[in-house]
Amino acid sequence: MTQGITGNRGLQMEEPLIFELGADGRCGVDLPDVPACRERLGDLRRDCPIGLPGLSEPQVVRHFTRLSQKNYAIDAGIYPLGSCTMKHNPRLNEKLARLPGFAGLHPLQPITTVQGALALMDVLAHWLKTLTGMPAIALPPAAGAHGELCGTMTIRAALTARGDPRKVVLVPDSAHGTNPATAAMCGYEVEDIPSNPSGRVDLAALKARLGSDVAAFMLTNPSTCGLFEDEIIEQAAAIHEAGAFFYCDGANFNALAGRVRPGDLGIDCMHLNLHKTFSTPHGGGGPGSGPVVLSDSLAPFAPLPWLVHGADGFDLKETAEGDSGRSIGRLKSFHGQFGMFVRALSYMMSHGADGLRQASEDAVLAANYVLENLKDVLSLPYEGRCMHEVLFDDGYLEDTGVTTLDISKAMIDEGLHPMTMYFPLVVHGAMLIEPTESETKESLDQLVLVLRGLAEQAKAGDAARMKHAPVRAPRRRFDETAAARHPVLRWTPDEGPAGSGA
Amino acid sequence: MRYLGLTDEDRSAMLAAIGAGSIDELYRDVPESARLDGLVDLPLHQGEIEVERALTALAAKNRPAGGGACFLGGGAYRHHVPASVDYIIQRGEFLTSYTPYQPEISQGTLQYLYEFQTQVAMISGMEIASASHYDGATACAEAVLMARRLTRRRRAVLSGGLHPHYRGTTETYLQFLDSSVTPLPPDIDGAEDLSGAIDAETACVVVQNPDVFGRVRDLSPLAEACHAAGALMVVVVTEPVSLGLLRSPGEMGADIVAAEGQGLGNSLGYGGPYLGLLATRQKFLRQIPGRLAGEAHDADGQRGWVLTLSAREQHIRREKATSNICTNSGLCALAFTAHLALLGEDGFRKLAELNHAKACIVADRLAAIEGVTLKTECFFNEFTVSLDRPAAAVVDALVDGNLFAGIPVARLFPDDDALAKHLIVAVTELVTDDDIEALCRGVAGLLTATER
Repeated sequence: MTQGITGNRGLQMEEPLIFELGADGRCGVDLPDVPACRERLGDLRRDCPIGLPGLSEPQVVRHFTRLSQKNYAIDAGIYPLGSCTMKHNPRLNEKLARLPGFAGLHPLQPITTVQGALALMDVLAHWLKTLTGMPAIALPPAAGAHGELCGTMTIRAALTARGDPRKVVLVPDSAHGTNPATAAMCGYEVEDIPSNPSGRVDLAALKARLGSDVAAFMLTNPSTCGLFEDEIIEQAAAIHEAGAFFYCDGANFNALAGRVRPGDLGIDCMHLNLHKTFSTPHGGGGPGSGPVVLSDSLAPFAPLPWLVHGADGFDLKETAEGDSGRSIGRLKSFHGQFGMFVRALSYMMSHGADGLRQASEDAVLAANYVLENLKDVLSLPYEGRCMHEVLFDDGYLEDTGVTTLDISKAMIDEGLHPMTMYFPLVVHGAMLIEPTESETKESLDQLVLVLRGLAEQAKAGDAARMKHAPVRAPRRRFDETAAARHPVLRWTPDEGPAGSGA
Repeated sequence: MRYLGLTDEDRSAMLAAIGAGSIDELYRDVPESARLDGLVDLPLHQGEIEVERALTALAAKNRPAGGGACFLGGGAYRHHVPASVDYIIQRGEFLTSYTPYQPEISQGTLQYLYEFQTQVAMISGMEIASASHYDGATACAEAVLMARRLTRRRRAVLSGGLHPHYRGTTETYLQFLDSSVTPLPPDIDGAEDLSGAIDAETACVVVQNPDVFGRVRDLSPLAEACHAAGALMVVVVTEPVSLGLLRSPGEMGADIVAAEGQGLGNSLGYGGPYLGLLATRQKFLRQIPGRLAGEAHDADGQRGWVLTLSAREQHIRREKATSNICTNSGLCALAFTAHLALLGEDGFRKLAELNHAKACIVADRLAAIEGVTLKTECFFNEFTVSLDRPAAAVVDALVDGNLFAGIPVARLFPDDDALAKHLIVAVTELVTDDDIEALCRGVAGLLTATER
């Protein structure tokens, strides 16, 4: 591969670290003069330099612009990551979140000066409770996993209040890793419940394991295999009969919003991912927002603060006393991801009851369309239709020498972001595809075309070429093993990166 | 409907292609009792005009902190964010990208995370940092969990100068684990004996600097006391700009730094999304929670970055993971990185100097008012005063004059009547001379008003 003089390739540019670009005396801001004062730092003025690089404004803008050009994004193309719901992120959301009347509010301003913000939170709460069919909601959790922590803690608090905290949380073997990790953070042991041949939770196995030591069952519905848990009502009955609680992981709510209310299925609490179902932007990995809808029996344990409505308007109950006396306490500073509340509400109001229902239907239709068009050339671990995402395994690659990873990297060369790979763990070489309702039929047809083509190439014995993919992306495949063996997690001034890790 | 990709024609064609008579067939696994035939009871779809009108009306019922004189701190700070930052973070390739699981097409995200990690380590004086957490309070809780794992001890001692939200979050995170939390009483006089509270069971001491009352102090003696007892010192920083001027936590012997990054690059936003920073020693690497971006080389030998050491995380280790955290605060981290890149060494120092100088000026002016006593001798840009009457009433009376005079300590410590007369005042580079006049005139006016 010819490097040329710069290593740049047209619009794809090599870009050093800011630390490699800086120069003394350069600064990208002009600040007013520092007024004279009687200093009060004690003896604690910093005496050695930090070592931050000095850059001009044009340098900084150019630096991050060049970086952005190396990123795939929803704005650029289909992003069919199963379980992530990479739908379009509307710019209206961004505009409204930036209104000074929202973005400029200090979280500890007097309550009388933020009644509009609290009203917005109340409206959001109403929409989410109505869509889920649940009576109560906790808005503070900052992301899905944080919501799981919230829900599981309310469950433990409720059981403890009954005098019986119990010891074990059950999760399906297809569960997302956050589920068992969350249960452990609440002091619970975790046990898996196996799936049946149709890819759903084995109801008999669940019933057999439920007992007086089980605090909760954490279920994702539709499951991480993209399938609706058709026996969910029976599951709920069994769980409640055993005195346990039913936690629902709402990551896959995009299949159901407006068509099914999880409250009607017997769940006790469920976290929502505003950054999945409700279009708030993923931002390269965050921030998210994970409010949790709660049943009446769990509502008293909801985290602080509580949004309350009195004669004088809205207020925040920030202490655990009276009605909130049994709250599990605070889960973070202040009152939740308000900026994401604005965005999610803007999205929901734009769609409305009719649009939300249509969006869910389109998401499910799109996934089934992809399933139908690929089932003859890829391999389906589970018969029948799917919900908003379709799971394939790597059975079709048998004897080709090509893996799911190779197929994914070859997709990159075709200008598509790969689907979720190797999750869920219950099938071999999983490929979980979630197109979302944002895609046109043409876009779906192109996804099908690419996967079909790659599958055929693999079966035709093109393993070598695929193992070298990607070749057209800003970088080729990385040696991740070496990266983990000698972790270099920051730049250091001497000759560049620091030495090996612990 | 403008966000949906399919037309009715597409839908019909696709249904035909999959051999389904209607969309309802695709929902046939849903129990009949749970199928909604009609729409949920919510308004129908609206265009941009109506949505904008409705939400703008709600925004208009709020008073932005910058609309008048603002002296609010308490863990969230009103700083000027250069105009470029918001444009950078709104580039679609940053805004609408996902976690960089496919590094070949995510080098933008991975490189800025690596730059962010480096900046956080540098300003905190630590060796390594993670790729961000939800906020400072959850980073603090995670730091305590980390200290427990590292020392294999169960007790955490929390300074009375720690922000109550951070104390609360830490207590919540620990409540169902075999642990004990010793929170010291609110340390308004700076007289607490943290070293004396350490015992053989102590995994860590959590101390905030500047603390919630604004006080700064040398933590080196505390660090020594911790280390002598085999405990770790966790230092919390809620105002990242303070690190431009103060001796860093690392220099003072911190083992873990948990901080709030909102003050750089990010708006007040009514409390979120914010930005948790976590930094520590190289030797504690395997126990750090959250994502890590690390340097790597590709098949052509070119330098790049990948998410690394994932074996610590939930998607690999599941119930044995260092944390359940999945999502970070990526876009807020980018804003922080861009802001600090614009500031650079000189700008960061100057910004911090500006903050401190203005705070000193305000402190002197307030202390000169009869009825006001300055409680904090050494501070950065936030300090506490005691008034001759309850601070909450003073603050409320001044709100109508378009002045947010500070945070009554009672808002953060509602159970402590002795603290009701105390007010926490924060001063940033955005405070003007007119603001200072208004504050001093307002406070003086109320304090000399005769009681009825």
